Amino acid sequence: MNLPKKQRERTSSSQRSTQEPGWVKWSLIGIAGLFAVVFLFLPLINVFVQAFSKGWVHYFKVLADPDTISAIKLTLLVAAISVPANVIFGVAASWAIAKFEFRGKSLLLTFIDLPFSISPVVSGLMFILLFGVNGLFGPLLDHLGIKIIFAVPGIVLATIFVTFPFVARELIPAMQAEGSDQEQAAMTMGASGWQTFWYVTLPSIKWGLLYGVILCNARAMGEFGAVSVVSGHITGLTDTVPLRVEKLYNEFDPAAPFAVASLLALLALVTLGIKTYLEWKTERDEHQGQQLAREVVGEPGKNFARDLPAHSPK
Amino acid sequence: MRTARFNPLPGLNLTLGFTIFYLTIIVLLPIAALFLALLDISWSEFWEVATNERAMSAYKLSLGASFIAALLNATFGTLLAWVLVRYRFPGRRFIDGLIDFPFALPTAVAGLTLASMFAANGWLGQFLVPLGIRGAFTQLGVIIALTFVGMPFAVRTLQPVLESFDRGVEEAAASLGSSRLRTFLQVIFPTLFPTIMTGFALSFARALGEYGSIVFISGNIPFQTEIAPQLIVMRLEQYDYVGAIALAMVLLVFSFIVLAAINCLEHWAARFERQ
Repeated sequence: MNLPKKQRERTSSSQRSTQEPGWVKWSLIGIAGLFAVVFLFLPLINVFVQAFSKGWVHYFKVLADPDTISAIKLTLLVAAISVPANVIFGVAASWAIAKFEFRGKSLLLTFIDLPFSISPVVSGLMFILLFGVNGLFGPLLDHLGIKIIFAVPGIVLATIFVTFPFVARELIPAMQAEGSDQEQAAMTMGASGWQTFWYVTLPSIKWGLLYGVILCNARAMGEFGAVSVVSGHITGLTDTVPLRVEKLYNEFDPAAPFAVASLLALLALVTLGIKTYLEWKTERDEHQGQQLAREVVGEPGKNFARDLPAHSPK
Repeated sequence: MRTARFNPLPGLNLTLGFTIFYLTIIVLLPIAALFLALLDISWSEFWEVATNERAMSAYKLSLGASFIAALLNATFGTLLAWVLVRYRFPGRRFIDGLIDFPFALPTAVAGLTLASMFAANGWLGQFLVPLGIRGAFTQLGVIIALTFVGMPFAVRTLQPVLESFDRGVEEAAASLGSSRLRTFLQVIFPTLFPTIMTGFALSFARALGEYGSIVFISGNIPFQTEIAPQLIVMRLEQYDYVGAIALAMVLLVFSFIVLAAINCLEHWAARFERQ
């Protein structure tokens, strides 16, 4: 630090008065660290240790089982439909909410968050009441020969419901932070609405979008409660990977559910990896942006830095 | 519709129209189906199945275990947030990354691995079970699983507030001769309290609806370790739709009460931060 000497002294003395004694600090770190390792890290290690407890050969034998393979395929299919569906919704909703003013906006925001506060089991039940044999549309669907409940469409719908807010929740604040000045400039210069969206809006929100997508995907692939209620648990047909874990758990081989669960644990690790990378990247971009602003404008507080709109208080 | 100033951007009708359409189909229609189904049930019938002995013991466990789990999360969550924000130590980034792990891990896997860790021959169970602490297939197991899934909510709610906390206040208290403990108890803690309560309510809400992890760790014993969502599934498996709908309605009302409480708490916390 190259602060003037006087300032440096003041910093260190004020820090001393606002810091805990060393033994307090290190005991707090110790308790927190121990708690995190025992309660959060050991469960992860345990998944892999139990999965390989009968060796590599057994591990891959469980994964190569046709019923496991079909569960993996179903989970990938469900995620491949529900994630893009919620991305399209998230982009449309955030465009409307962030770029325009209209009446009932806060009510709309509340509605978008609703699926988060409804128990997944209750959400599954709702779809049975809609599309089940005795449901609202049951007779109509039966007449048309369409099966939704205890079939793949029901699993997809339940998954879309529970992952509904993920992308929208990431995109709305991201778009609000960007404002709409750049889009308006692009429109004034003759760009069409789609061009403006593709070349101006999308690049500015791409990291937030990706963040929402990976969270949405993790939940879509890992959802248990809602899917369990509507799936009907038909082995080889309507079992997703989490449901396959439960089925194997109730059978005789203790290593088998862990072998399948290890796939989901890997998914969680990849999700966390990408998430951490994105957070690091956003932080760095912000930092670089600030540095660039300083280079162009000079040190903040001097010259005309006060004219920068970015410094306006919240 | 009124706009404060001219807005040349296109697409409001398209995007808002699609948003409302999609929201109606995916979210509002299913919720309406539950309320419509309720109309077919007479009040006395509803009251009977919603308040019978088994249902009451399921609510009690759901609310009680969620409350204890949220309390544990508020306590350890505050400790973790404090340590992660205020101290620099080796492994800090690793622990910070771990906090999100319960959020990213499918709940079924969480329940599976926690049940195996706390079982009599598990990594923790082999030490705890001889001491009489049984964490698998008991009410304690339910609390453990709910604490696990709710942990990120408590920590991640408090962390940003703690990061932007004005340390000038602490310095002022210290310069006026307040001891560090007294500064914490009388200056820092009261300021953080609304946010800690928000984290508490968020993890309580998460715990109240949780199902996936509980299936594996609770053993699903009626009157003992059966939580409300489990009883709903049980009723559905018996094709007792009236029972399932009544329980779902009660659970939904609980969720909406907690949601309203969270909104109030967030307003309170925001007002607190401005001051």
